[in-house]
Amino acid sequence: MTKAEVQRRLRDYILKDLIRNPSYPLADDEALIKGGLLDSLDMARLAVFVEAEFGVYLPDSDLTVQAMNTLEQMADQVLKRAAP
Amino acid sequence: MNLADRTSLLEPLLDRGTRDPENLALVFVGEEGLAQRITWGRLLEEASGYGFALQEAGVAREDLVILVMDHSPELIYAFWGALLAGIVPTIFPYLTEKLDPALYRGRVHKLVEQAQARLVVTFPAFQPSLATLLADLDCRVVSLQELESSREQPDPHGWPPPRAEQPAFVQYSSGTTGLQKGVVLSHRAILNNVSAIGQAVEIRGDDVVVSWLPLHHDMGLITGLMLPVLAGIPSVLLSPFQWVRDPKTLLQAIQDYRGTVSWMPNFAFNHCANSIRERDLSGLDLSRWRVLINAGEPVRLDSLRLFAGRFGPCGFRESALGAGYGMAEITGAVSITPIGRPPRVDWVQLRRLQEARRAEPAAAEQPGSTPLVSSGRLLAGVEVRIVDPAGGLLPERQIGEILVRSNSMLSGYRQRLDLTRAASREGWHATGDLGYLAEGDLFVTGRLNDLIITGGRNFFPEDLEAIASRVHGIRPGRAVAFGVEDAALGTEIIVLVCELREEVLPADRLAVERELRRRVAQELDVTLGAIRFVEKGWVIKTPSGKVARSANRDKFQRLTAAEAGAGAGPDASQVSRL
Repeated sequence: MTKAEVQRRLRDYILKDLIRNPSYPLADDEALIKGGLLDSLDMARLAVFVEAEFGVYLPDSDLTVQAMNTLEQMADQVLKRAAP
Repeated sequence: MNLADRTSLLEPLLDRGTRDPENLALVFVGEEGLAQRITWGRLLEEASGYGFALQEAGVAREDLVILVMDHSPELIYAFWGALLAGIVPTIFPYLTEKLDPALYRGRVHKLVEQAQARLVVTFPAFQPSLATLLADLDCRVVSLQELESSREQPDPHGWPPPRAEQPAFVQYSSGTTGLQKGVVLSHRAILNNVSAIGQAVEIRGDDVVVSWLPLHHDMGLITGLMLPVLAGIPSVLLSPFQWVRDPKTLLQAIQDYRGTVSWMPNFAFNHCANSIRERDLSGLDLSRWRVLINAGEPVRLDSLRLFAGRFGPCGFRESALGAGYGMAEITGAVSITPIGRPPRVDWVQLRRLQEARRAEPAAAEQPGSTPLVSSGRLLAGVEVRIVDPAGGLLPERQIGEILVRSNSMLSGYRQRLDLTRAASREGWHATGDLGYLAEGDLFVTGRLNDLIITGGRNFFPEDLEAIASRVHGIRPGRAVAFGVEDAALGTEIIVLVCELREEVLPADRLAVERELRRRVAQELDVTLGAIRFVEKGWVIKTPSGKVARSANRDKFQRLTAAEAGAGAGPDASQVSRL
């Protein structure tokens, strides 16, 4: 699983199911939490999606501004947790 | 449970702490999930230590102390410590990672000044900046560490008992950010309401309350802290931050601590149903959960059904579901569903509801009928009247403003006699909520004003519109905010419709949008559901020049429905968040 692939699938989910605007031009380094795009409820849903989609468990301690504020950080976190 | 013979909140704690010191009073679960078990003896001892330290810090009886602290055992000790020493505590929500710290400190300043607080207690990290900011006021800022270092262990029974009519604590209820409404509650009022709540849900000695609600919120404070301590039963207090990121923690706590009683707002029913993994349910036993009250925002039938359907296989009983209605001004609860059966659902004719403001019974699940969930029956000591705008009494099933009178009313808004008078109708509290009575059940149908309730939190459109008006590129005074029902989330989402200045180029719209969203997050810690930029002249105003919010909401919904109908999506009711 490449980072680009993870990022693409995360982006699709965020735009379609969380932000619900598939045409929003979300940048890879755009602040999702601090920028007011996603809230803590969304982060909980995202964690459920990540487990279903990638088989990766993100503990709730990962779902913070520090660890997951941008698409890039999210993809890194998923890959880090996926590592054997 | 009967607290009628008590004269203060302290007697139950003093009794338990002295006679039953080894038994469990509360389990405190922190943000990382670590649980601390606190016995009655420990709770009383810690509280007395804090009571002593607060006095040493120069706070006199009946002075106000503001606890600027987040979810922590120390918050609970300091709160009860203040009560023991006859000092009036209030809890102010702590800074979150999204809020702008400077703006937040400004709000604390305003509160201290307006409420004439004598002391602020906060965490060491926050103390220096807050002390600098409050230097111009007659109010000390001490850190928890300072308090702890001046603690001694006085005899908890040594303080003079408070009078029943003396203010116990102050509960800040929702107002616009510029308007702090501190609800002053007496010992008597709190005892009366908590006693009535306990009777309504038939609290027993083997009950365990489990709560993830923040303690700065009236529902969290009353049901999570007051009810269990006054009833002498244990409570499990989860971190709201942890629960929202991982809602299964609530269900786990119910199982692990044999939890039986909880309260939470409607959105939380959806959040649990939507954001808990299937595998976390295997082996989970929720059969002891006998009371789960939905309150704090409009109760939606679909949310109750969703929750019962999802967790029924884990032993959750539909009969445990209930609904409630209340407000800080009445201490906590006005009405609650009688326990042991789900809330009554009133199917009414949608047209009559909208056009004649009348809840005319209709056949269930039919086109043209809509379900309204009862908020239950009035608690002991509570009376309700439904009135028209002139104050005239309305008949059953006619919708009007809900007035409440009870033996648990506020003493007044702190330092705001003007607001106290404005909300009082000859001894009745004007709630600003709309609803009707039918065969003994109270149904809440909306608000007189345009308050937006999302995720159990209240937001005033004025605040959102003011933020938008300050964003470069948006025409000042030409922004309108309103809530739109979101069935999937079980709550309202916030929509902001703004007219753009003509000089804003299409290429710059995204930057304006991002700035608006970022500022709203920083100032109010909330995520906007949708932003819509419109052309000059789109926003409807009243003849007096005010923004007409419901007319604008209707216009927005017609627009989005038309766009969805034109092929933008299969679900015309679905609103994009951006």
